[in-house]
Formats: sequence, C-alpha cells, structure tokens
Amino acid sequence: MSERKLFAHEIEARLDELLLLKLRQRSAERTARQLEALPRIRQERVLHWVGVAAQGANELGWLLASQGAEYAVELGDGFDAWARAGLAAHDGGGLDAARAAWRLAIEELRASAARPSGSVALAEVEGRLKRFLQALHGRPLRLAGASRAWTDGETLWLPERLARAADANGNRRLYTVLAVQLWAQGRFGSFNVDPEPELAQWADREMALAWFALFEAMRLEARLETELPGIVRDIRDLRGPWPAALQPAAESLARPEATTADSLAWLAEQRKVGAGETPIFPHLTGFDPLAARRLRAVRIARDSKTLRRALNIMRAVDPHSRGGAGDREQAPLAAEGDALPPDLQAEELQGLPPDAQAAAQSLQQDLDGMPPEILSPAGPGAWQPEEREESEAPVAEPDGRPDAVYDEWDYRREAWRRDWCHLYESEGPAGEDAWVEGVRSRHAHLIRSIRRRFESLRGEDKAERRQLDGEEIDLDAQVEARADRRSGSEPSPRLFIHRRQIERSLAVMFMVDMSGSTKGWVNDAERESLVLLCEAIEALGDRYAIYGFSGWARTRCDIYRIKSFTDRYDAATRRRIAGIEARDYTRMGVAVRHLSGLLQGQATRHKLLVTLSDGRPDDHGDEYRGRYGIEDTRRALLEAREKGIRGYCVTIDRHGADYLPQLYGPAHYSVIDDAKKLPRKLAEIYRKLTA
Amino acid sequence: MKPTQAARSTVSALATPLTQPAAEPYYHAVGDEVEVFAAAAQSQLPVMLKGPTGCGKTRFVEHMAWRLGRPLVTVACHDDLTTADLVGRYLIVGDETVWLDGPLTAAVRAGAICYLDEIVEARKDTTVVIHPLTDTRRALPVEKRGEYLTAPPDFMLVISWNPGYQSVLKEMKPSTRQRFVAVDFDYPQAEVEARIVAHEGGVDAATAGRLVKLGGLTRKLKGAGLDEGAGTRLLVHAAQLIARGMHPLAACTAAIARPLADEPDTRNALDDLIRAVF
Ligand SMILES: Nc1ncnc2c1ncn2[C@@H]1O[C@H](COP(=O)(O)OP(=O)(O)OP(=O)(O)O)[C@@H](O)[C@H]1O
Ligand SMILES: [Mg+2]
Repeated sequence: MSERKLFAHEIEARLDELLLLKLRQRSAERTARQLEALPRIRQERVLHWVGVAAQGANELGWLLASQGAEYAVELGDGFDAWARAGLAAHDGGGLDAARAAWRLAIEELRASAARPSGSVALAEVEGRLKRFLQALHGRPLRLAGASRAWTDGETLWLPERLARAADANGNRRLYTVLAVQLWAQGRFGSFNVDPEPELAQWADREMALAWFALFEAMRLEARLETELPGIVRDIRDLRGPWPAALQPAAESLARPEATTADSLAWLAEQRKVGAGETPIFPHLTGFDPLAARRLRAVRIARDSKTLRRALNIMRAVDPHSRGGAGDREQAPLAAEGDALPPDLQAEELQGLPPDAQAAAQSLQQDLDGMPPEILSPAGPGAWQPEEREESEAPVAEPDGRPDAVYDEWDYRREAWRRDWCHLYESEGPAGEDAWVEGVRSRHAHLIRSIRRRFESLRGEDKAERRQLDGEEIDLDAQVEARADRRSGSEPSPRLFIHRRQIERSLAVMFMVDMSGSTKGWVNDAERESLVLLCEAIEALGDRYAIYGFSGWARTRCDIYRIKSFTDRYDAATRRRIAGIEARDYTRMGVAVRHLSGLLQGQATRHKLLVTLSDGRPDDHGDEYRGRYGIEDTRRALLEAREKGIRGYCVTIDRHGADYLPQLYGPAHYSVIDDAKKLPRKLAEIYRKLTA
Repeated sequence: MKPTQAARSTVSALATPLTQPAAEPYYHAVGDEVEVFAAAAQSQLPVMLKGPTGCGKTRFVEHMAWRLGRPLVTVACHDDLTTADLVGRYLIVGDETVWLDGPLTAAVRAGAICYLDEIVEARKDTTVVIHPLTDTRRALPVEKRGEYLTAPPDFMLVISWNPGYQSVLKEMKPSTRQRFVAVDFDYPQAEVEARIVAHEGGVDAATAGRLVKLGGLTRKLKGAGLDEGAGTRLLVHAAQLIARGMHPLAACTAAIARPLADEPDTRNALDDLIRAVF
C-alpha cells in the first residue's frame, strides 16, 4: 500500500463501490471529506470496516461510514474496537442497537479520557475473576458491582472501577486480591462466631467493625499463605509492614489454630486500651458480619434440613447404618462457637445424593465441622419426604383420555408405580411470524457464520479406500493386488479410493423445558437458540425433532410437538418455535420416556437426546421435587441409554446444578450461567457433541 | 521361494519393535490397579483403561509389561487406522513380495502385551478384528495369509479410552466394551501426585506441591471454561521446565495455561491462578 493519502474523490469512489451508493441515490461526499484528513493507514482501516459492515447489511455499512468519519480522528487507534462494538450490537439488536453502541463507545472514550489512566472496570475483569473464583471455590460464585468491596458470604461485591494502583495491571491484581480476601471470609469462618456481644460494648460501632475487619484480615492472610502464597505476596506489597503496635496481634493471629474468636479477643483488648481510628491499608475490604450471619442462619437451616432428610431416607432404606431411627433425643444445634467435631462418617456422606452432599459441604464450612445432631434422625418414626404444600391449588383436570401412560420409578420403594403418568401430546401453539423474522434478521450475521462453520463440518470428505470405483488409485490396494498375483492368490479388484461425504447417521431430539420457571429471559433465550440451532442443523442435514414439555402433576403431563422428525423447518415450524412459552412444571422422567420412544423409532445409528432446561426436575405439590424427581429422571435416562440413546443436557441453572453429573454422567452436560449466552453457545455445543 | 537378503532386511527394518525396558519404568500405584491388571493377565483377560488424558495410563502399561516380563507393543490409534495396519500386509521389494506382520500380529506371535491407545479413534472395522482375540477363542485370523493364529498364554490385549470426550459419534459399542476388565484411572491424590511430579520433573517437594495445587484448581474449571483440567503430564512438563532453570510463572504459563485454553477469560484466569499459587 502506498503511503499517499487518498483524496476525497477517491474515498468517495471506494465508498460508492462498497455501499452501492449510486443505486441508492446517496452521496458520501461529506463523509469522504471528513476522512481525507486521516493518514492513509487509518483511511484504509475505516474502509475495511465499512466493507465488513456492509456484508452484514448495507445500511449498517452506511451508518459505520458516516459515524466513523465523524469520530475517526478522536478514536485514533481505538477505531477497530469501536467498530467491533457496534457490529456485535447489531448482531443482537439491529441497527438501533449498533447506533446506540457506537454512541456509548464514544461517550466511554470521552469519560475515560477524563479518568486517571490505568484504571480498570469490574466489567473488564469480571469474566476472568469468575473463572478464577470458580477454581478456588469449586462452584460458581456471584459477583456484583458496589461502591466498596464486601460480601455477605454468598455474593462478592466489588467496586465498579479501581484506579488505586499506578497501572492497569496493578488494578487488575487489586481486584483479584480483594476478591480472594472476600472469598476467604466465608471459607475460613469469619462469620461463624457471633460478634454482637463484643460490638455492643463499643460506643462507636463503625470503629469497632473497622478494627474487627483488620484483625480478621491478619488472620485470613496467614490462612491464605499456605494455599495462595502469590496472593499474600501481593497483599504484603500493598500493605507494607504492620506498624509496631499491631505486630503482636498480627503474629498471634497468624498461628494456624487462630479463629475468629481470637480476632474478637484482640478487639476486646483494643477496646480496653482505648482504640483510636484504624490505620488505613489499601488491601482491606469491607466487612459486614451481620448481613453475612443472617444469610448463614438461613443456609444452615436449609442445609441441615436437606441433609437430615437425605440421611433419614438412607437409613429407612438401610436400617443397619448407624444411629438407627429415633433412639436419640433431638438436640438443638450446638451452641455457636462451641468446638464441633470434625466431619463424620465420610463414607456415609458419600452415599448421599449430590444435593445433600453439597449441603453437607456447605454446613461443614458454616459450622467448622459437622455437629452430630445433624447426622442423627429427625425424630422418631419415618422420614418426611418433603414438606407438602399440595392441595392448595387444584390439580389440573385431565381432559379426555391420555395419549399414553407411563410408569414412574419410586426410588424409596425401589419399585415402579404402574401407569402413573398420563401423557398428552399435542401440536405446539403457533406464535408470531414476526418474532422469528426478528431473530433471523437480528442474528443474520451470526447465523451466517454458524452455517458456514457447520457446512464445513459436513463438507469434510471421507476417503473410502478399496473401492471398485473411485476418483483416485488406492496405492496400498494396488501393491497388495500385485503381491497377491505374484504369490498366486486371487487379487482383489477393489483398487480405488472413493471420496464420499461422511454419513453422519444421527438423529437428535431436543426436549425443551416449558415449565413456569423459564418465564421471561430463559424462554426467550430458548426460543432464540432453537432458531439459530435449526438454521445450523439444516446446513448439516442431520435428522432432528423438537418437543416441549410441561405439566401439572402426574395426571397432566403435556408434550408439545414443535417439530417432528418428518416436519420440515418451514414457516409453520418456525411459528411453533415462536409459540414456545413458559407453562407449568417440570416432570422430567415421563418426558424423557416418551421422547426417547419417538427417538428410538429412528433408523439412524446414533441417537441423541438433548434436554434444554433451567433447573432440576420438579412438579406441583407432590414428591416429584427433590430426590424423587432426580431419581426418576435418572432412571428414565438409563432406560434411554439401554435403547442406545445418549442423553445430554444444557442447563441454565443459577443454583449450581450439582445434580447434573448424577443424571447425565460427567461430561454430558453444560451449565450456562447466563441465559443471554445460550443462543451463541447451543450451536457450538451441538457442533462439539457431534464432531 | 526363499526371500532374498534385500527382502529380509526390508522386513526387519519395518518390523514392529517389541520393547522390553531394562530398568523398571517408574509408576506410583494409585489404587488396586496393579493387582487387578496382574490378575487379569493371569486369567488371560483383556483390560480396558479408562481415564482422562495424562493420568498415567501409558506409563502404567509400560510398568506392568516390565513387571510381568512381557514385551510391549503400543499402537496409537487414529481415524485412518485400518485392519491391515494392525494385522499386516504384503510388500513389494524389488521383484518379490514379502509379508510384514502388523503390530497386533507381531504381538500375538511374540506373546506380548498389545496396547491400543485411544481405541475409539480407529476405524470401526478395526474393532472387529480384535473381537476374536478378546473372548475364549483368543484367536487372530490373518486372512491374507490364510493363517489362523492362536494367541499364546502370555499375549494380552489392553485398550484405553477417555470417557470425557463428548462426541456421540465416538462411543464404544457395548459388545466391544463388555469384553474387557475395566480399570478406572483418575488424577492421583494430592500427596501421591506431588511425589510423581517431583520424581518425574526433577523438582523439590515444595515446587511439586504447588504444581499439584495448581493442577487441582484447574480441574475445578472442567465444564466451566475447560474441557478438562490439567493432567499429571502437564504438571510434569512444567516441573521439567522449572528444573531446567525456567521461572515457575513462565514455565506454568507455557506448559499448563497455554495448552489448556484459548478463550481469553479462561487464559487470564489461569494466569491469575498461576500467580496466586507461586
Ligand atoms: N501414577 C503415576 N506414576 C508415575 N508417573 C505418572 C503417574 N501418573 C502420571 N504420571 C506421569 O504423567 C505422564 C503422563 O502419563 P501417561 O502418558 O501415562 O498418560 P496417559 O494416561 O497415557 O495419557 P493419554 O490418555 O493422553 O495417553 C507420565 O509420563 C508420567 O510422567
Ligand atoms: Mg497414553
């Protein structure tokens, strides 16, 4: 490329070519004049992006050209990022979204010019921080923006923006340091002791909390040291050496056996000597034991209930396991702060369903161990399956005879309940045409790129060797034939390689959760992703069907046909996708049974049942929620497996989805933390799954 | 007609190598796998090793071959692997045709352990030839030669597969699976893994411990950014780089973070984890 700047008329001609302006009777004269001032290399960048945008939609290209010319000088090197932001917005929300994103990006740019350089926004680090914390915690943790860093033990709040450190790297590191310390408060028991008696003795509560926070920070720093020395190094760099007056406290709280009670003892000490303000350290987070303890109490109650129930069920099934039912007084939870025995009966806990295991784990963290009362039965007599709130709302009246009846698995009896579920299959109601068209045009860009990706998957030819006929000679076969002739045996006439498109021989059933909990975002995301997915699978040519499921107790299990294996992906099908809506409950087992029956009828070699859901199995008012539903669903999936059907689950579950490995087996599910990501992810998952 | 010198030297150059290591390949047992394998070997049963990548399956087979004093033949399966690649084929040398045993045939003749690594990657028809070897017949028909080989007692078939792979098109048929005694492999316990990393990577216990800690953290990202966490192999690689004098951060980035992830958020999170652990 020559260095010479393009003149306005040259730019105009290029834009003309890219945007077919003559045809549209538009003039790019003004835009071209604005761009004339730029260096050649920048001019080319702008033209490049105009071309890219115009491929998506001509109008988008025009918008980019006019807006870009306006701001090109101001944007400088940031032009590429700016252009990309608008194109991405266009994928999701069309021209208006692109216009808004571009305006926003300019405002951001102007705001950041006024900001100290090197500051970092939470939004920039949120993704990596979430992953980082998941690795520490083993489960996803919630992150949210706030004016200062603090945690209630369930959500970590972090400042929206950090500018304290000298550069961006430093500020990113500061985010990590703050997040780890907040995580450590929950992990190492900062909220396990009631600080109220001590706090009450202070005239200035804020001051007391500040000192408490400082002592806890000392203790947690030492606890972190063995696990995450790199973080502690960063903390030390931030805080410098402790002032001499604080040294004794820091040393004593660094002992491995120090607990929050020791921090409180130091707090009392501080009160007695007449504490002033705390010194300020840049690494300290906020500290709110009150809020955290409130949530902790709720959590303990919930988790003990879950755990007790599971243990009771287990002992009812196996009366020989320890602590047989009802022979011990039910004691209240051990008094707070009492020394509690460490975790008991590891092998017993192992036999529990995942939700109970998760409850046990969370209890151990909340209570520094597991009090024995929790592991003893909930009282004489049998277990309660689950609090029953039924008979409040009427169970839906079945209309007419069901299309099919199915057995259901009762894990407590280890027996089938015969003809338990009544299933009604009907055609899914039609939604609006306009909705699907909206999705298709909004995502035109994405759809095109997904289709390209999928087409290339299909386009992979497979070389079939040793054919009677073919495009190429099979050298191996030739050699063999020659050898055969020489050794006197009959040579094979199969001497060619034939290139054939790979036959995928795959049928896929999508089972879509239409339960009430999907209302709103999740339902939108489900529908959008189905549209994208259909576009993608059409490119591949796999056989597929889509059915929705919902229901209201066992006598009213509904299956909605959105697309059968023989239906084409036509306007009617698309309307039915648009018509998918949130209805009632999630009785999953019967849906799996019915749909795997339909799938089994397919003559393909591979069969795949993909569930799209937002949570665990659940149904109105009966025992289906909780373990019963999970066990029945698991059973149904096992039956499907025996029929040669592979199950896979894509879940948008904000509650961690601990039960999925048990249902689908490891590696046979994906959890998507944000419904908005589903449309992009689903096609990708499908591609991986069938590659 | 006897093969000429030229033909013989070609065949011996191409023949399947039967490895029999002089020294004991280092292997640290994690569960009862050694006993199970030895018992299966005595009972002339084939074995299937299941487990994530880099957790010691290959090393285990090498170790067991040494322990049992049998030669080992390893075949890395791929999607173009044909029956002839396993069983053998005729070659033309000059003006003659000579037969060359494939690795499976060679192993049967020698009474060796034949290890088919990642069996699901092979073409479907290859699984057919192993069927008669895995039941009471213990036989390998070499159709081209009109031979029907019966495996000696010392011959043993071992296959591996990683159930973490997701594609439905790569499932193993029940009729194949159910012929094998299965041994589950998983990442070893932290202390054991640290000992392995220290031994294999030539680093001190503290460094090994940190590498194992890092490995454990990445494994919690399975399904949340990573398809699979770091296997022992990656930790050993990082240790080896560190032992050569590379800075631990750089070594872990190069040997662990980069091979695992491409996506920016995950890459950055891995970098942060490395920094936090070292
Ligand atoms: N139990 C163990 N004892 C000794 N070394 C081990 C052990 N587990 C893993 N290793 C080390 O890890 C490295 C990788 O193991 P190996 O090659 O056997 O993995 P693999 O399970 O065969 O993986 P893949 O499925 O990718 O083939 C070995 O070279 C060895 O250094
Ligand atoms: Mg291997």
